[in-house]
Amino acid sequence: MKAPSFAYARPGTLAEAFDLLESHGEGARILAGGQSLIPSLNMRLSSPELLVDITGIPGLSKIEASATGLRIGALVTHAQIEKSPDVRKHAPLLAQAAPHIAHPAIRNRGTLGGSLALADPAAEYPACALAVNATFILLSKKGERRVKATEFFKGLFETDLKSAEILAAAEFPAVDNSAFVELARRHGDYAIVGLAAVRTGSQKRFAFLGAGATPVLAVNASKASSVEEARQALEKDLDPPADLYHSSPTKLHLAGVLLERAWSTL
Amino acid sequence: MEHAVETTLTVNGTRVSRRIAPRQHLVDFLRDELGLTGSHIGCEHGVCGACTVRVNGEIVRGCLMLAVQANGCRVDTIEGLSDSGELKALQKAFHEKNALQCGFCTPGMLMAAQDLVLQKKKCSREEIRSHISGNYCRCTGYQAIVDAIEQVLNGQS
Repeated sequence: MKAPSFAYARPGTLAEAFDLLESHGEGARILAGGQSLIPSLNMRLSSPELLVDITGIPGLSKIEASATGLRIGALVTHAQIEKSPDVRKHAPLLAQAAPHIAHPAIRNRGTLGGSLALADPAAEYPACALAVNATFILLSKKGERRVKATEFFKGLFETDLKSAEILAAAEFPAVDNSAFVELARRHGDYAIVGLAAVRTGSQKRFAFLGAGATPVLAVNASKASSVEEARQALEKDLDPPADLYHSSPTKLHLAGVLLERAWSTL
Repeated sequence: MEHAVETTLTVNGTRVSRRIAPRQHLVDFLRDELGLTGSHIGCEHGVCGACTVRVNGEIVRGCLMLAVQANGCRVDTIEGLSDSGELKALQKAFHEKNALQCGFCTPGMLMAAQDLVLQKKKCSREEIRSHISGNYCRCTGYQAIVDAIEQVLNGQS
């Protein structure tokens, strides 16, 4: 369980980082908090030639409130999100989700950007981003590209990020109310299934994690006018893959349980 | 050593400089290069917490941080916290309550528990369990460990 050999660079500017990423192409991987990448290296599931540590680049760790919502830099850690008064005020969904991510020692290093860019379908932030349809700010030598969450998550661990592009921040629009719930065998374990739910006016949006190859927006349940109708609609919205312990019907049932819990608090 | 990077960090108050292979994680560096074997290596993928150390005042997984990433950082290990007397109250409580199971997790448990002690707030047993949830290994129960941490937290002024 030791990582394979690789080179390491810690650029001090975005321009240097773009140069390194371009010159190494597919052989380069971006390292932020490393809480998913380093285990995958230790288990030799990944063997990059070069790790480009972006934590030395200034300007990627800010939390900024605006009239329309909250912009959070890619390097903001889960622990910072958990404790930030700005997040609690302007994007409480993220503050509700953060305590569910692993454990305190991991939340001290893991980052928002790392979680979103990895796009693990069982992770919390991708579902949150989809629920509010956050905007991703992607930077490259060519400039800035803004991509909505609905366009960003493409498949299992696949996103719209191009090589030599860096996820710099995400903007979370304000909503009227939100709830985050998940079921896990033990607190901090990967969720069996989880739900990021938001309401703006009378419009609800439900995004599930652990229920597909990507975070899944429950389109039909989001349009339902009663909780019973919404639970029924989930059968059309979700076809969750079984895991080692839970069959697909069990996960669908549990998704319905979470929907009921969230519905009453929205 | 392939791709070695000159790295300088402060470990338990002592400045050290070494050329480090990027693939070496922090806890291997502490154990193999510096002989600080108090931080244990369990799972090496962030599940067991036996390698918990403090970097710039925050607890982290020593196996999920490359040693080269600690360049310029202050690293504190179980040895440092023990020698400085910072862990005195917790060590006494762990001793009194026999808060050991197989003992492999103990250094990490102490590091995680001290993180809670430093927050200076009263905690329920549930909150204590939540804070040490990242240090559960292959035993079960952890009752005596929760007892010991509770005793220290409740004894704080």
